[in-house]
Amino acid sequence: MNDILLVRGGRVLDPAAGLDAVLDVLVANGVVAAIGPGLEAAGARVLDAGGCIVAPGFVDLHAHLREPGFEQKGTIATETEAALRGGFTTVCAMPNTRPAPDCGPVLESIVDLVRRHARVRVFPIGCVTRERAGKELAELAELAAGGVVAFSDDGSPVADPRLMRNALALAEALGLPLSEHCDTPEMHTSGAMNEGAVSERLGLSGQPAAAEATAVARNIELAAATGARLHIAHVTTARAVELVAEAKARGLPVTCEVTPSHLFLTEAAVAGDGPEPAYDTNAKINPPLRTEADRRALLRGLEAGVIDAIATDHAPHAVEDKLVEFEDAAFGISCFESAAGTVFTLAARGELRIERAIAALTSGPAACFGLAERAPGVGRLEPGVSRDVVVIDPAAEWVVDPAGWVSKGKNTPLGGRRLTGAVRAVIIDGTLRWEREGASV
Amino acid sequence: MLDAPARLAGTAGGAAWTRKDLLDTDSLSREEIELVLETARSMKEVRSRPVAKVPTLRGVTVATLFYEQSTRTRASFEVAAKSLGADVVNLTASGSSVEKGESLIDTVRTLEAIGTDVIVMRHFRSGAPYLAARHTGASIINGGDGTHAHPTQALLDLFTMVNHLGSVEGRRVVIVGDILHSRVARSNAWTLLRLGAEVTLCGPATLLPRWFVPEVPGGGRCTVTTDFDRAIEGADVVMALRMQKERQQRGLIPSLREYIAGYQVNAQRLGRAAPGALLMHPGPMNEGVELSPDVAHGAQSRIEEQVANGVAVRMALLYLIAARSRA
Repeated sequence: MNDILLVRGGRVLDPAAGLDAVLDVLVANGVVAAIGPGLEAAGARVLDAGGCIVAPGFVDLHAHLREPGFEQKGTIATETEAALRGGFTTVCAMPNTRPAPDCGPVLESIVDLVRRHARVRVFPIGCVTRERAGKELAELAELAAGGVVAFSDDGSPVADPRLMRNALALAEALGLPLSEHCDTPEMHTSGAMNEGAVSERLGLSGQPAAAEATAVARNIELAAATGARLHIAHVTTARAVELVAEAKARGLPVTCEVTPSHLFLTEAAVAGDGPEPAYDTNAKINPPLRTEADRRALLRGLEAGVIDAIATDHAPHAVEDKLVEFEDAAFGISCFESAAGTVFTLAARGELRIERAIAALTSGPAACFGLAERAPGVGRLEPGVSRDVVVIDPAAEWVVDPAGWVSKGKNTPLGGRRLTGAVRAVIIDGTLRWEREGASV
Repeated sequence: MLDAPARLAGTAGGAAWTRKDLLDTDSLSREEIELVLETARSMKEVRSRPVAKVPTLRGVTVATLFYEQSTRTRASFEVAAKSLGADVVNLTASGSSVEKGESLIDTVRTLEAIGTDVIVMRHFRSGAPYLAARHTGASIINGGDGTHAHPTQALLDLFTMVNHLGSVEGRRVVIVGDILHSRVARSNAWTLLRLGAEVTLCGPATLLPRWFVPEVPGGGRCTVTTDFDRAIEGADVVMALRMQKERQQRGLIPSLREYIAGYQVNAQRLGRAAPGALLMHPGPMNEGVELSPDVAHGAQSRIEEQVANGVAVRMALLYLIAARSRA
């Protein structure tokens, strides 16, 4: 049953549609029916959005839902519920599951799980190589036919340049982007964090920034050679941002994303802020948190539009995966339920324009993977077409308490931190799916 | 109430030991370092007695928990604990429940549950003692973690230097070798800088830290260089580090031969240091690689003295930490 909802008096903000004004949004018959001042609808439930931002539902290009294969870390049900609470109404699921979607039948089984358990719209991403092992190509055409929105071996860069070139050529022919984790693992052994002052102090193995830049440069050249749409997953270094800017200036179809974690934190989070190093495994992420100079370059790249999207890289882990020695701990941060808070905190601090943040959470990512072609209106507020709306209170202050999260992953370095900006309500397919307890709406 | 030997005041310049654990030297204050040195002097006196044993830590249980092989550190701690009358339990990762997959946290909790007061821990992972310390009420002494820290080695090295030089303030200390992978170099650098020494870290470019410029408020200076012949000029202390042969296999140095040519401490090079400069090595030593045999056993070598002082310094640390936990 669809609700008739009138979201009244919020700052309706959709940079893609050129919307930025205090307006009402009427949601009826499963879609955003109208946007305008002083709307009325008989029998509608009214959500008072005064002081709030009303935006398209957030779109995430990069999430790990863990099912099938790693249900102890997360399931499609738990992680998409977490996505919902984070304001994400559309999520692209990375293929590092077991089995991994490297052929039609596996993809089909995952699509079936999604159909039965997902709380938000989920688009699968297919593997580039069989079992993500980097040796042989996955069955790309079969995966494309099965509905994947992109190809990626995320977490395992395609090391062989010949294989990568072939994968890009095939992806181009299929009209799909290839999302690549850009790293040159041969340049480091088990790089547990960024290589730099902190890793040297803590005696931890480091990933050099050049390992990312080298791979970005190589993949841009291969994309240029094949004409493929290359999406660079989670850029973390200043140099990678420059390389993407250069590629865009050349007119190449190269896009990229950044995570809220890399925008908000630096390598210092690994050491902690006490007198003795914390070796905080919750701050262990791949690619690693970088320097303050890199963080600022990422913010500049995002503002300038070089970086197209904010993507969570939501990576839930079981407690035991993190409660071990730092170099033995799993990589990844559980991010769905803190992402909006960190992004809007950056806006509250004046480090990021709120309009740019909204674009990077909505239309930007939707365009990278052409998602509106698959689900009309995704990432935009288009009357008669769009189906998803998120209401955000940009001034709400709250303290991160992962113990209360619905995600199975409580692995965040933000526990106890005060953030500014919270998701208040989420509408998917025209239905109010979640409302924050105690919310004024 | 501890049965303390004479002159074991437990304070220096009014400072008292308040730490549950000893995990690194980065966070130690000058006063805390001086307290360790002062206590170690008393312990050295105990060690010089005909019966080098006191019952100060009677009833205290010290466990050595080693995830990485070691001869000198482990033996040194065991002798130190027994010299103070403590009971000692030795555990190694191989042949124990650790080999069956028991986590570090479970292991230290088990040791605490059986009544262990102090756990001396060596681990091949940097930061492992911090994890242990957060999950047990027992005191953790870091006996070396990965490539991070080796605080007791740094304190015994400092004790050895101070015994000869009086103070390290303004003195020039050159540490040569594989600095990047050396927990000894890191801990020594922090301790020496805290006490006002000038520290030069020297080695092949691939084995040097690129960003390591420790900021010690009011401390000494740290220089990083590849030029050993210049670095050793006028040095008061020359400390050579063990060069692992696997560094060549990993492509970090072209050959041991080339390393020896550039970085071995030999008589000719040592002659360029200050007259009577101290020659040190944390061991175990690859004789003929880091040091030429003549200088390794020459008049300026303090290597055996380092080992002997290690017992006194570790007695001091065990005493200070155990006394705190009983207070």
